[in-house]
Amino acid sequence: MAQGIREVKRRIKSVKDQRQITKAMKMVSTAKLRRAQDQAQAGRPYAQKVQQVVASIAAGNTSFKHPMLQTRPIKKTGYIIITSDRGLAGGYNGNIIRKLIQTINENHKSQDEYTIFVIGRKGRDFFVKRNYPVIGEVVGLPELPSFADIKDIASTAVKLYADEQIDELYLCYNEFESAISQIPQVNRLLPLQSVDSAETGSNYEYEPDAEEVLASILPKYAETLIFSALLDAKASEHGARMTAMGNATDNASDIIDRLTLFYNRARQAAITQEISEIVAGANAQV
Amino acid sequence: MSKLTVEIVTPERVVYSGEAKMVIVRGVSGELGILPQHMPIVSPLKVAPVRILFEEGKETIIAVSGGFMEVSDNKVTILAESAELPGDIDPDRAEEAKRRAEKRLSDKTSDLDIKRAEYALQRAIMRLDVSQK
Repeated sequence: MAQGIREVKRRIKSVKDQRQITKAMKMVSTAKLRRAQDQAQAGRPYAQKVQQVVASIAAGNTSFKHPMLQTRPIKKTGYIIITSDRGLAGGYNGNIIRKLIQTINENHKSQDEYTIFVIGRKGRDFFVKRNYPVIGEVVGLPELPSFADIKDIASTAVKLYADEQIDELYLCYNEFESAISQIPQVNRLLPLQSVDSAETGSNYEYEPDAEEVLASILPKYAETLIFSALLDAKASEHGARMTAMGNATDNASDIIDRLTLFYNRARQAAITQEISEIVAGANAQV
Repeated sequence: MSKLTVEIVTPERVVYSGEAKMVIVRGVSGELGILPQHMPIVSPLKVAPVRILFEEGKETIIAVSGGFMEVSDNKVTILAESAELPGDIDPDRAEEAKRRAEKRLSDKTSDLDIKRAEYALQRAIMRLDVSQK
């Protein structure tokens, strides 16, 4: 019995240590979540403005035949998937990877029909290990990513589309809804959905001309959408990790409670037994 | 006289926001000076400093790359991949970037590399330019 008690005591200690770590991680994620949300907020004016300009051009001149606005027969599809570099974020990576694989299985018969760009170490490892056609990757993004960090992969993807190497481009990421809920999304990025032109802004003059302006803005627009998805995904990552670590902390507390109860019971039983042994011994001597 | 509201925005933050008398930018087809009551216009910008002139004769210069400008209702919005105030620029880093770009240009490899190096060189030169003013 004494052996069992010591073992339980050691487990309590070890679970307590784990709880300390998960608790710390939860608090760190909470702080990072707030910063990530701030950053997503700071990026919004840019995205809105770009969209507004694109919308007003599209609304003013419907005669444009820019390749990025046109649907063409689909021979090859590109997917950009945003995952995290680190684990311990609950279902964050699993959910989005599963969603993408499901989409791929539904829509494609062979690997020649699609290609994948991965952001984040977890997704990279997963797809590379399983021999998926990964043609671009970004790993080790900083905590607060800057536009320059993903510019390369974004413009590569947009360029492949412009060169007709791929005929559509999808963006897969966890959309941030709240700290406890992130929704895996697979959204079509290119060709651009008809931009919402409800806001009929001013009638612009274009310098040098509308077509050229559109040609320079549309790729930027696509890159901006990728960047804001990344910021959203970062916020989701921290939210997911915060929730996962919160649950882990709660579970650790439960386990500690249970073990402590068991420990106290065992200890009391041992004492009781010892007393009754002494009493029995004393009685026997009289 | 009415004033212009100027806003310079990058994907990461709002770099500059304030009122001005005049804004001078270098568009793809030449220099453009924007005064109040300018008609709505959209133009992509070259990698070049943007000058913001104030009422009292002062001016601010901002290094802008990869952007375009939109003007409507006395509001000038410049959207750029990067934009820096003179105080934010690290001259040593820009100098370093300039050297690197020049080296890459003199080495001559593939087409794409040259384009990128030229772009980097332009940016570095502009930053140095702005930081020295």
